[in-house]
Amino acid sequence: MSPAATPGATAATTPGATPARRRAARRRPRRSRLVTRRVARWIDERVGSASVVRTALGKVFPDHWSFLIGEIALYAFVVLVLTGTYLTFFFRASQQEVIYRGSYAPLRGVRMTEAYRSAIDISFDVRAGLVMRQMHHWAAVLFVAAIVVHLMRVFFTGAFRRPRELNWMVGVTLLILAIFNGFAGYSLLDDQLSGTGLRIAYSITLSIPVAGTWLASLLFGGEFPGPDIISRLTVIHILLIPAVITLLLVVHLALVVRQKHTQFAGRGRREDNVVGTPVWPTFMFKSLGLFLITAAVLAALGGLAQINPIWLYGPFRPAQVSAASQPDWYMGWLDGALRLYPGWELRAGGFEVPAPFFPAVLLAGVTFGLLYAWPFLEARRTRDLEVHHLLDRPRDRPVRTALGVATLAFYVVLTLSGSSDVTATTFGLSINSVLMALRIAVLSAPVVSGIVAYRLCIELQARDRARQAHRAHPEHRAGSAGDRPAGRTSAGGASVPPAALAREPRQGVGEEHQRRQQQPPAEQEPVGHEGHRGGDGERPDARRR
Amino acid sequence: MTSDESPSGAPQRATPPHGGTPPHGGTHPQGDTPPHGDTPTGSHHAGRAGERSVAAAFALSMAAALGLAVVYWRGGQPQLEGTFLALALGGLGVGLALWARYFMPHEDVEEARKPIASTEEEIELFREEFEQGERILTRRKLLVRLAGGSLATLGAALLFPIRSLGPRPGKGFKSTPYRQGLRLVTSDGRPIKAADVAVDNVLTVFPEGHVDEGDTPTLLIRPSGTNRPRPGREQWTPDGLIAYSKLCTHVGCPVGLYQAGEHLLLCPCHQSTFAVLDGAKPLFGPAARSLPQLPLRIDAKGYVVAAGDFSGPPGPGFWDRDRP
Repeated sequence: MSPAATPGATAATTPGATPARRRAARRRPRRSRLVTRRVARWIDERVGSASVVRTALGKVFPDHWSFLIGEIALYAFVVLVLTGTYLTFFFRASQQEVIYRGSYAPLRGVRMTEAYRSAIDISFDVRAGLVMRQMHHWAAVLFVAAIVVHLMRVFFTGAFRRPRELNWMVGVTLLILAIFNGFAGYSLLDDQLSGTGLRIAYSITLSIPVAGTWLASLLFGGEFPGPDIISRLTVIHILLIPAVITLLLVVHLALVVRQKHTQFAGRGRREDNVVGTPVWPTFMFKSLGLFLITAAVLAALGGLAQINPIWLYGPFRPAQVSAASQPDWYMGWLDGALRLYPGWELRAGGFEVPAPFFPAVLLAGVTFGLLYAWPFLEARRTRDLEVHHLLDRPRDRPVRTALGVATLAFYVVLTLSGSSDVTATTFGLSINSVLMALRIAVLSAPVVSGIVAYRLCIELQARDRARQAHRAHPEHRAGSAGDRPAGRTSAGGASVPPAALAREPRQGVGEEHQRRQQQPPAEQEPVGHEGHRGGDGERPDARRR
Repeated sequence: MTSDESPSGAPQRATPPHGGTPPHGGTHPQGDTPPHGDTPTGSHHAGRAGERSVAAAFALSMAAALGLAVVYWRGGQPQLEGTFLALALGGLGVGLALWARYFMPHEDVEEARKPIASTEEEIELFREEFEQGERILTRRKLLVRLAGGSLATLGAALLFPIRSLGPRPGKGFKSTPYRQGLRLVTSDGRPIKAADVAVDNVLTVFPEGHVDEGDTPTLLIRPSGTNRPRPGREQWTPDGLIAYSKLCTHVGCPVGLYQAGEHLLLCPCHQSTFAVLDGAKPLFGPAARSLPQLPLRIDAKGYVVAAGDFSGPPGPGFWDRDRP
């Protein structure tokens, strides 16, 4: 996709476009003065790239701020690869014991592994090493955060529905890989904190029934700490998982291209079209700008905001631990679950399932299992097997929104529990009472927030209807709400009123049925849509004005 | 991505650069409304202002990149490197974004969305062609089965090298190097006499020769209160000294905090709390079982030695932990 491959330069090879072709044919013998055009033509004569690239450049992407979040995740990954590559040139994945003699005085003469020493060297003795290391860490934090917010966007707007279930599952896999690789990454440095994290990971592996001891032994190369864990995690962190992530990202994006992006309903936006900005040039420039701004923010954080100061933690010693040991934010929910779950374990016939199995292995399994299954669970519940390209507004799907909010509340409380000791010491409370409060909260907060979210959705729907009724009467003809000329096109088959197109597939949804039964059937749904069109749906346009 | 979009599915520019009617019946999604006012040919004044801001952003980026090079050349400084890198990247990024905002078309373009699934005809054609090949295969049933069998066998054989990754989880999981008469030493290898541990003090000790191994860290405590030993452990605490595994029975963090007043051991990772005077049974938090106790003896020279291994495997639980 070289910038030289503009339609003007490449149109000559596309048969059919007669005037352009004639013009280009006349031009052909003359060598273009632009090197880029000659290169583009050279490539095209060997690959036939012009038509493909033309299609790619003309690809239309709907415009909405929430669609940028996934892009930010992608760009964080690019920054991860770039900074990570730099780090691999200096990091030594070895558990060989050495004595530190570098430039950081407080650690001089201390016995440590080569992995930890090289990480300290990157921080103090490799030029620009600290910025790269901190950018890498911040990028990892942002990568997972952007994935999670992107997932929320996809969830609450129903973008996972048919035909996008497959891409949803690819996305969930990417989330798991991102979390795991983040953990693997900060565990490489072999400082006191990362060693504690690895110890916990080892114990969780050990807790798996029947196979636990074998798995732990094979992963760590023996009993903890194990002679091989750092070198193995390095291969996993810099080769295996990045390769899989790259592959899945390609699949993820290819599916977006193949299925075309979803869009919110609005003027002219229907199930059978996609309305937005073409890739070339506006979208590409904006997106490139977003990449550079993302990288800039990460560079600023990497240079100015300290993260993971391993030189303060010291090298890992199995007998030591520092208070307030906490993982990165995306592991916080697991650590919190480990704290909240009481010491209940199963024992029978001399065998046992230790307590950590339930909050760590089982909870993680259920979490991601439910995520994978969600599109199918919802489709089954609502009996909605239609193809959807128009997004839901969260308020129009109160049950889904409430469940999503409740789930979020559950994991937010778990994440907060991951720092229960810090909370207790910061506010001078007893650790015991904080823990009890969190145990209550983890069970009650989802229920309360779910109910609140549900009520809020219903209220917002009612407000939309009221506003629309108010607006419709003075300004519009009676009955105009359903077939405003907004979405009409001259393309064949578009004579159906746009609202009907947008509305038709929704009728199968169970929640809709419920609401229809509660309320008089007259025009609820289109009215809601009209409110949408008058408000949020136009936002991208309105913003430009 | 190519086949589904050409010719009629190709994206259509709603307002072609040269005006006139859109090709292929492409439409402006806004229906009859004219294009927005902020199209490339905005007012002359706005154009100049826009150009200035884009140019400023690019100039800032260039200056910052030079600054970055200079800082690096002069020996590097993390805060400056980060700031200059951020300005260089950000200036470029903001410049591109502003460029797109001021000088690029914003009118929406509509692209038709055709059904993704193949038509019945295409599926039928595919099936026919595929089945032609399939019939050739199924004519040699034996060969097909053998090929499948050999693939499966090869796959299974390729799984075996996984075994090389680690040793069989054997006794090591359930026992530690502690033996009858083995001296307790501090982390720098110094043996300990009973008098080295003051009242209400705690010391992290190891079996001699096994300092800093995964399962050996031990807490040697001289609590001020009266110990309430479990049956059979009455002789394990000579001279008021008592020793427990330092590894939490929850997920193996070192139980690093000793609250001498209440005789409690607290794990800083997940706040499991153990009662020292009651066989280190868990009082609070997620741990389900007591810390294993180490039987102690004082040898002839006055050194504290082990009188055997821990009362159970130290650290977190696992499937067959209680099996011999």
